[in-house]
Amino acid sequence: MEQITLRVARYRPDDEETEPALVDYDVPLRPDWAVLDGLNYIKDELDGTLSYRWSCRMGICGSCGMMVDGEPKLSCATFLSDLAPGPVRIEPLANFPVIRDLVVDLTDFMHKLGSVKPWLIREVEKPVEDGEYLQTPAQLDEFKQFSMCINCMLCYAACPVYGLDGSFVGPAAIALAHRYDLDSRDEGDRERLTILAQPDGVWDCTFVGECSTACPKGVDPAGAIQQAKLAAAQEAVKNLLLPWRSR
Amino acid sequence: MISPLEARYYRRRMPLLWWAHRRSYAIFLVRELSSAFVALFVVELLLLVRAVARGPAAYDSFLDALARPAVIAVNLVALAFVLLHAVTFANLTPRAMVVRLRGRRVPSRLILAGVYLGWLAVTAFLAWLVLS
Repeated sequence: MEQITLRVARYRPDDEETEPALVDYDVPLRPDWAVLDGLNYIKDELDGTLSYRWSCRMGICGSCGMMVDGEPKLSCATFLSDLAPGPVRIEPLANFPVIRDLVVDLTDFMHKLGSVKPWLIREVEKPVEDGEYLQTPAQLDEFKQFSMCINCMLCYAACPVYGLDGSFVGPAAIALAHRYDLDSRDEGDRERLTILAQPDGVWDCTFVGECSTACPKGVDPAGAIQQAKLAAAQEAVKNLLLPWRSR
Repeated sequence: MISPLEARYYRRRMPLLWWAHRRSYAIFLVRELSSAFVALFVVELLLLVRAVARGPAAYDSFLDALARPAVIAVNLVALAFVLLHAVTFANLTPRAMVVRLRGRRVPSRLILAGVYLGWLAVTAFLAWLVLS
């Protein structure tokens, strides 16, 4: 069976390692194998100490994001045959602190996601017995694209602004905030815009656009951020011209 | 306060030449750099206005200064960067702007066509103003 070399970044602080080192593993090059299958082969057959996250194997859960030959990719959706003859360099997602091997700490993102209030905000909540908030297919289409995000963090790994300044709220969180702003059932867009227009919000983005290129689900976070910038600017002008309008 | 676990994290820093590692980053940086040339044109325009305000002699000496080969060369380079800036800016417009007409979303291509038509109209007006 033909083989391909996976050059995997290993970081084992338990073994007093102070920085990651690349270790080569030869795995079978099967046409139907993704990078994740190669990693599972290493874990099962070659070295059980390798650590990495994965779950669904089908691009839904967003757990298995890593840098494959320097590009942020879902390892379950990146095929070894496309990377032949190798060696294939596999490293933890860029711009996040590494806990061990290919596992990164996403706590920072979780805090940022919560900070933009990605849920339906209503001025007055309808009682449950009154039923659902209805929506037409056209209204759904307004935000559907932005709701496809699986929180895989590839966009953060692709974003040089986040890499240079970790306080930037970042692409996925802003795209999700925008998703709720566009939702006809939501009434919290001004509240969210106030958060997004702060320093470290949308204005930190310089529209590199790599977040949208990296996204495996076709979300356009870069577009969402620019749309949020436009909305924030319009809101600021309205508040300047009509200071008496209710906030 | 960071926990003992966090203290053992490996934290990477962006290298100084981060933009040199990927083509798309390099292109982005060239586009960012083009802003400096936009600013250069603005300064040139302001100097022109000042020269006009100071009278015909100042205006003529300003035109002489602009006609120097070195200045023409710099302006040609600046023009290339400004065009790059303008074209990339225009191309990004449909992603930043969502336009609705009678409740329907205007397709990206139409927005893009609108931007370029507007640009053409302004250019034609300026050409008419200068040449007529």
